[in-house]
Amino acid sequence: MIKRIAAAIVGIGVAGGVGFLAYAWYPAIAPVAPPPPSSFTAAQIERGRVLAAGGYCAECHTRTDGVRGVELAGDYKMDTPFGAIFSSNITPDPETGIGRWSEAAFHRAMRKGISRDGTQLFPAFPFDHFTHMTDQDIADVYAFLMTRQPVHSVKRDNTVGFPFNIRLEQAGWKLLFLHEGPLRNDPAHDAEWNRGAYLAEGLSHCSACHTPRNLMGAEKSSAPYDGAPVDNWIAPPLNEHNPTPVVWTEDEYFKYLRFGSAPLHGSAAGPMSPVVHGGLSEMPESDVHAIAHYLADIDHAATRVSQDPKAIAWAMQASMKDLVGPQVNPNVKLYAGACAACHANAGPQPVEGRPDLALNNALWLDEPTNLFQVILRGIGTTEGISTVSMPSFYHSFSDADLARLAAYLRATRTTLPPWTDLEKKAAEVRKTLPAPPVASSH
Amino acid sequence: MTTFRLNGRDVTVDVPGDTPLLWVIRDEVGLTGTKFGCGIGMCGACTVHIGGRATRSCVTPVSAAEGADITTIEGIDPEGNHPVQQAWREIQVPQCGYCQSGQIMQAISLLRDYPSPTDEEIDAVMAGSLCRCMTYVRIREAIKKAAANARGDASNG
Repeated sequence: MIKRIAAAIVGIGVAGGVGFLAYAWYPAIAPVAPPPPSSFTAAQIERGRVLAAGGYCAECHTRTDGVRGVELAGDYKMDTPFGAIFSSNITPDPETGIGRWSEAAFHRAMRKGISRDGTQLFPAFPFDHFTHMTDQDIADVYAFLMTRQPVHSVKRDNTVGFPFNIRLEQAGWKLLFLHEGPLRNDPAHDAEWNRGAYLAEGLSHCSACHTPRNLMGAEKSSAPYDGAPVDNWIAPPLNEHNPTPVVWTEDEYFKYLRFGSAPLHGSAAGPMSPVVHGGLSEMPESDVHAIAHYLADIDHAATRVSQDPKAIAWAMQASMKDLVGPQVNPNVKLYAGACAACHANAGPQPVEGRPDLALNNALWLDEPTNLFQVILRGIGTTEGISTVSMPSFYHSFSDADLARLAAYLRATRTTLPPWTDLEKKAAEVRKTLPAPPVASSH
Repeated sequence: MTTFRLNGRDVTVDVPGDTPLLWVIRDEVGLTGTKFGCGIGMCGACTVHIGGRATRSCVTPVSAAEGADITTIEGIDPEGNHPVQQAWREIQVPQCGYCQSGQIMQAISLLRDYPSPTDEEIDAVMAGSLCRCMTYVRIREAIKKAAANARGDASNG
């Protein structure tokens, strides 16, 4: 997920002028001796641990390509349209990490995207969201990070080319796109909504992946939560443009974010897996409820939910289509042989644990990306519902098989127009997998 | 290292994460009731339960089963008297028998979701479990028998 934030690196051209330089220039904040762990209370460190999980710090500050890095020691590779950015070491190592950062320096980085030495940080680091956090929450995250084991680790050099590598440009970017400061309480909404907004817009930065970005790598303010590609997956729209037949209600959101699966939409897989199982799982249940409450308001679930029974009835009829009687259509045979044992549903609504494809997000999105990802990779116990697995059909299906399976499902289990160029897209998704998920059996 | 529970006991194996679960069950643990059929998840012979749900073990990487609770044909009943096994014997379902452990595991899963399955539900769910001896008519009958037995057991207390 978060790699896509990476798209956010650009500066606008140098606007020039002394005024701009004055605006753009920040002094270094003097290095300090690393604060001893005893300078923080256990309660504060624990609060910071939960917040760091909910902000997915480790997700983007731990190397995952090639050798797996030590948690929070940085060097995570983010591919962006502007080049690769490698994340910083945020363990308290005095030389290569943030060990010599004072709390004021950390606070400035979170609030304004300025490094301790005064350089501008790329918005691959989502300070445009963290800026909305409270002083206390930022202080707690600092307490957590400064009490980790220091790791000496030097990151690889960014490959962002000229002119985007001129960090001063980021000041211009911020002038346009950074709305600095804590989120204001919205009196028009209740406390749960406001808590949800604080988490979704700030700490947990949902829109960093779920809002498309403009040419300058900033989230498009004209299309909030419209969905966007991320890490070779699609981060679906979280607003009323989400095309699934059943509405994402607060209950569906909560089940998805808490347990990894929304019964009427599907499982959290790919980049959403660590969000659910590595991040939000550490947060109190009330916070996950608050996020669900807020998101259900964004997609206007309350005004649309009355259509759901009709949509479910239609899906349940579609679910058994072609599975009864002799099967002569080769596409049906593919589906019946590989998928129906787990996905076919009869009765008034899907059986728990049988994700119905006629309701599934992946089948209703504008592109088949997520469907191909899931079929090729499967879903392990660290994803989706943590007690069950979906196998990997990487070796079972050729790209042509994937294409006709996807075309068949799209035609029979949705009411949407067909996908195009399916074989090519299947090949593209296959190519993004670093290795076959499962060894060939023969 | 991958750790999971297999038929109620903890198992830890030191194999590459992309190793098919079926290989681990048969070759590392030594439980050979689960069979290799097609190797691409299209015949059902390798079906086991992961978290209670029928899953093709030949295309499930062992890494995807980390921490899972797995049951194979050896684990459904210590005496081989699971209601579905009993029905299987009563109806004399198998001919060569190669596919039957997969069929039984899939059938148990089916009956959990649909305790009184219709022919359509049986066909839809069991279509991925192939039988080269063409015993499908007896398989369907045995599933219905097991369902009936279970209902009888329940009403007789």
